[in-house]
Amino acid sequence: MTESGKPILYSYFRSSCSWRVRIALALKGIDYETMPINLIKDGGQQFSKEFQALNPTRQVPALEIDGITISQSLAIIEYLEETRPTPRLLPQDPKKRARVRMISDLIAGGIHPLQNLSVLKQVGQENQLTWAQNAITSGFNSLEQILQSTAGQYCVGDEVSMADLCLVPQVANAERFKVDLTPYPTISRINKTLLALEAFQVSHPCRQPDTPAELRA
Amino acid sequence: TRQVPALEIDGITISQSLAIIEYLEETRPTPRLLPQDPKKRARVRMISDLIAGGIHPLQNLSVLKQVGQENQLTWAQNAITSGFNSLEQILQSTAGQYCVGDEVSMADLCLVPQVANAERFKVDLTPYPTISRINKTLLALEAFQVSHPCRQPDTPAELRA
Repeated sequence: MTESGKPILYSYFRSSCSWRVRIALALKGIDYETMPINLIKDGGQQFSKEFQALNPTRQVPALEIDGITISQSLAIIEYLEETRPTPRLLPQDPKKRARVRMISDLIAGGIHPLQNLSVLKQVGQENQLTWAQNAITSGFNSLEQILQSTAGQYCVGDEVSMADLCLVPQVANAERFKVDLTPYPTISRINKTLLALEAFQVSHPCRQPDTPAELRA
Repeated sequence: TRQVPALEIDGITISQSLAIIEYLEETRPTPRLLPQDPKKRARVRMISDLIAGGIHPLQNLSVLKQVGQENQLTWAQNAITSGFNSLEQILQSTAGQYCVGDEVSMADLCLVPQVANAERFKVDLTPYPTISRINKTLLALEAFQVSHPCRQPDTPAELRA
């Protein structure tokens, strides 16, 4: 924590995992400081000794809060939910909670790891776009079908949940990788509804302390 | 999702292994698979997510098919060693007898199958003494034995224990 006692978020403006946590912090009204970690500059600032000591996974996001450091975006969000329970990010009912976690894990564990920076570096530049598009369309095919039975206004019913925090950054990645979203009307509708909410706007990659000038909103 | 596992229980079907496990924990809370303390729970989830979201998706069947047969072993080994390098470091501050302290948790349920995969892909485990120790301790427990791939209804005869 800072001297003022504020949590510190290690974040990269464009990292979708960091964006999920930024949305959670915004929704819960938690004031925090950002320590930007540039994943590209200097060979990747996440590989510095200092950052590795703080977060052995050498990835963003990491949150310093209440005297501990947590990495993995969903572990961070669940901790925030358990310690700052209002407003809720998970429903009360266990079956609905299971749906929220299932959708969150599908995105955060099933789609995103296959199209993030370190994997794309390994597949080679000429293959990157196709690889990322395959990862996303494959996952969105399943997700669109699941949402047809779980969604109301949002991913699970009519309350914003952890699943929605995962959806918006993943759709932004889909757009970056030029994925055609026509086959995913439910995903698109929910994404549009969410982007109108303040927490999803203040946390947006185009409004971060480390957003480059040319990408700033 | 056209993937396993999926659990039909209490009138619903849940996919994604950690979502299933958290549901079981919330509806059948004894014995615990997550500690009571939120900070320890965060450590359990962090380790679980590192394995289930960070290592495993990169070395599972559908991805290996895409990288081509000649690349598969190296690709899988890289995914695992990269993740185990982080995990070994994390465990040095969280582990007791098990991944987080001295109670079996969801993190341990993720560890054992991932170590088995590491062995299948011939990953050298010498750099990971904490992972190896915890894995050995867990494999001695009955639940980890009855659930082992070599003891399932669909285990092929030649792999059966």
